[in-house]
Amino acid sequence: MRDSMNRRSFLKKSFVGAGLMLAVNLSGFPPILANARKTEDENPTKEWAPNAWLRIHPNGIVTVLINKSEMGQGTWTGLAMVVADQLDMEWKDIRVEASPVRDEYKDPIFGMQLTGGSTGVRHMYDTMSKAGAAAREMLIAAAASEWKVPAGECVASKGAVTHPKTGRTLGYGRLCTRAANFPAPQDPPLKPREQFQFIGKSMPRLDMFDKVNGKPVFGMDVFVPGMLCSSIEKPSAYGAKLLSFDKEAAEKIPGVQKVFTILDGIAVVANTTEAAWKGCKALNAKWTPGSMPDLDDISLQRMCLEHMRKKGLTAKNIGDTHEALKKATTRMVSTYSIPYVAHAAFEPQNCTADVRADSCEIWCPTQSQTGVLNVAMKETELPADKIIIHTTMLGGGFGGKVEVKVAQEALAISKTVGKPVKHIWSRKEDFRNDCFRPGSLHMIEGGLDGQGSLIAWRHKVVVSAIMERLMPALVKDGIDPTAVDGIGNMDYSMPNLYVEYVKLDLPIPSGFWRSVGNSSNTFAVESFVDEMAHVAGKDPLEFRLNMLKQNPRAAGVLKKVADKGGWGKHASEGVGRGIAVRFCYGSYVAQMAEVSVDRKSGVIRVHRMVAAIDPGQVVNPDSVLAQIEGATIMAISVALKERISFKNGGVATSNFSDYPIMAMSEIPRIEGHIITNNDKIGGVGEPCVPPVAPAIANAVFAATGIRLRSLPLTPDKVRSASKVKS
Amino acid sequence: MIELLVNGAKYQVDVDPDANLLWVIREHLKLLGTKYGCGEGACGSCTVHIDGEPMRSCQLTAKDAQGKSITTIEGIPADHPIKEAWISEQTSQCGYCQPGQIMQAVALLARNPKPSDEQIVDSMDGLLCRCGTYPRIIKAIRKAAGRGGSR
Ligand code: FES
Ligand code: FES
Repeated sequence: MRDSMNRRSFLKKSFVGAGLMLAVNLSGFPPILANARKTEDENPTKEWAPNAWLRIHPNGIVTVLINKSEMGQGTWTGLAMVVADQLDMEWKDIRVEASPVRDEYKDPIFGMQLTGGSTGVRHMYDTMSKAGAAAREMLIAAAASEWKVPAGECVASKGAVTHPKTGRTLGYGRLCTRAANFPAPQDPPLKPREQFQFIGKSMPRLDMFDKVNGKPVFGMDVFVPGMLCSSIEKPSAYGAKLLSFDKEAAEKIPGVQKVFTILDGIAVVANTTEAAWKGCKALNAKWTPGSMPDLDDISLQRMCLEHMRKKGLTAKNIGDTHEALKKATTRMVSTYSIPYVAHAAFEPQNCTADVRADSCEIWCPTQSQTGVLNVAMKETELPADKIIIHTTMLGGGFGGKVEVKVAQEALAISKTVGKPVKHIWSRKEDFRNDCFRPGSLHMIEGGLDGQGSLIAWRHKVVVSAIMERLMPALVKDGIDPTAVDGIGNMDYSMPNLYVEYVKLDLPIPSGFWRSVGNSSNTFAVESFVDEMAHVAGKDPLEFRLNMLKQNPRAAGVLKKVADKGGWGKHASEGVGRGIAVRFCYGSYVAQMAEVSVDRKSGVIRVHRMVAAIDPGQVVNPDSVLAQIEGATIMAISVALKERISFKNGGVATSNFSDYPIMAMSEIPRIEGHIITNNDKIGGVGEPCVPPVAPAIANAVFAATGIRLRSLPLTPDKVRSASKVKS
Repeated sequence: MIELLVNGAKYQVDVDPDANLLWVIREHLKLLGTKYGCGEGACGSCTVHIDGEPMRSCQLTAKDAQGKSITTIEGIPADHPIKEAWISEQTSQCGYCQPGQIMQAVALLARNPKPSDEQIVDSMDGLLCRCGTYPRIIKAIRKAAGRGGSR
């Protein structure tokens, strides 16, 4: 990768004749710029770009430009495989880098440059296939004209075009100059699946070597000449206004250069990040109490309950749920509550911006290049063509890096000081400024018929809106689709289904969090299905399969985990098994959990997770397995431990010490199974999350008879439920 | 001026002796593989070796490290068995926490070339990874240990 080349040469420079080195200040070293791609005139090597998506170097190296952000999910490698197969090249010759931010790099389905919704491979597969195939056809045309033979007699294979009749061969690199004279075919023939050498095989990640050697340039690692570091002191209560602050005290901190009010806070600009953060602390800023001063964990709970009594909007209405419930043989009501949780990506949000009078350059670990561009146009009042955005490597995203507030802050500060600034949120700010997975409250009433089949489902959900802020065009008749995702469109056939949505209007911002509404709603839905199965006296798997007769792929993943997990067979003493399923982002996933519970301490121990995913087709199986493992662990962490706490009108949580996440000693054995078929490619980054929490809660019930209806499944809840039961 | 010995090279750094070692390594020495994750000793992303011992650099000052030998991810050779095992097990996802994980694992094998699974988890337990790479970290360390351990 180009950016790492910079870093490599930087390292070389620093270590030649390592005697006494002088590390004086930021400007003493060459800048480290992510993806500092030189323009064509600066670049003496004549790389050929057959289209926007790739460049071929005369030495045969092919660089694929990727419009989706790499945040650990393996998209860069997956899309490179797609190009490599259509172009027919050797794996060792492939490189990847972040594409520029321009109209031609928009996701063709989203109409924006955005990494989210598990779309990396599935939205770009066709475009990247065509890009590779078009280049291949142009290289063949070039070779045919060189040899004066019909193009149909030439074949492209492993980085070269050959003419089998005469045994002549020319490498792609050698053909570059000539190929550039041929028109780019609009509809190049695509290689059929049987001829793939990479797609469907586990290929090593192209970013792995750098990541093991500390070389990738994350947003945090960007340094530009003359750069300053900044931070903004913001109120801890939502909507609070500034009353006073001690400017002099901050200015006295060594390294602090400027202190001024900006946006909703006070900017401290310094030589180093450490100094900027120290400066913020010294400000001793005082604020008004904010827009909801008594917001805390208890009032939040109370507000959810109050909203549950309000009338909501009808999000789905199938059959006659009211009548069906009246006629049902057995009826049951349950309530589930889900807390706010944070993204907590390991690289905190940051952005480096250089705003000049007539141009602007931005380096940002973002999932939403279009979002950053829009906010840059607004802040700088420059047209899009004067704004250059470099996507750096992302130290995790999970939906949180779709947000552009950090970029807005960096831009505003750079504009004010007239210099490039690097703006980093401390971990505490990253928690406090996060747009969380919203908390929610669910009340579900279900009815069984005489045969014990679930025939009616009334579901009321109280939750904050997400799309209203992020994608308002998707909100229809006041229904935020994320609020009812996984409920109104549940995987089961439900003859009578009524879904009601009550919007919870709070100052707490909600955003996209790995699988969005599915992750919380599936906990409620799949827990309730399990409860109804037990009430009906049926096996939870059979009960589900009975409602999935129209949905063979959902049934398929359930059967897979049941089969691999030993469902129905004897489990060890004290161990309970639970299952759950959900289809989202184009893929079906089922999870089976094996847990045991220490009743005295209340600790739930997850011993084993068996996951099955059916994403239709798979590009890189090992990447899919890695996503199964990673998403499952993150989802267990959220199910058992995570909860954002509020107090005095704002976020109380501040760091991993009061927001513990899963550690190595807590992880179970994870077994991932992939089912493939000829269906469309589905996403893999998110779909493994939703069934995890309900599978665990269902397993806890199987092990103990205790039904936990409130996340996270912490020991205190187990203990108090245990007491109630005995 | 503080003198620091990092990866075998001596640096004269113009910082306050109480400056945070993590930020000195990152912003002054520009050794950017060492990462900031929490700043309070709770995640391990900033792990470096001080005289061979894995330490969280965010909890140290420049002065603390003076006169000692500091090793960062950049100072571990690319062909170290741990780094090679990390690649063959395809361990990293976003990669952000991985330099810290690798530094901890390298120190573990230096002390105990054949750790049991229990010892691996014991030594690695405080190093958090949001991407959930733990199963592969365990496999990679096993693999590196099986090949004769650290050099
Ligand atoms: S940054 Fe040092 S332990 Fe987290
Ligand atoms: S690989 Fe992303 S935090 Fe560990």
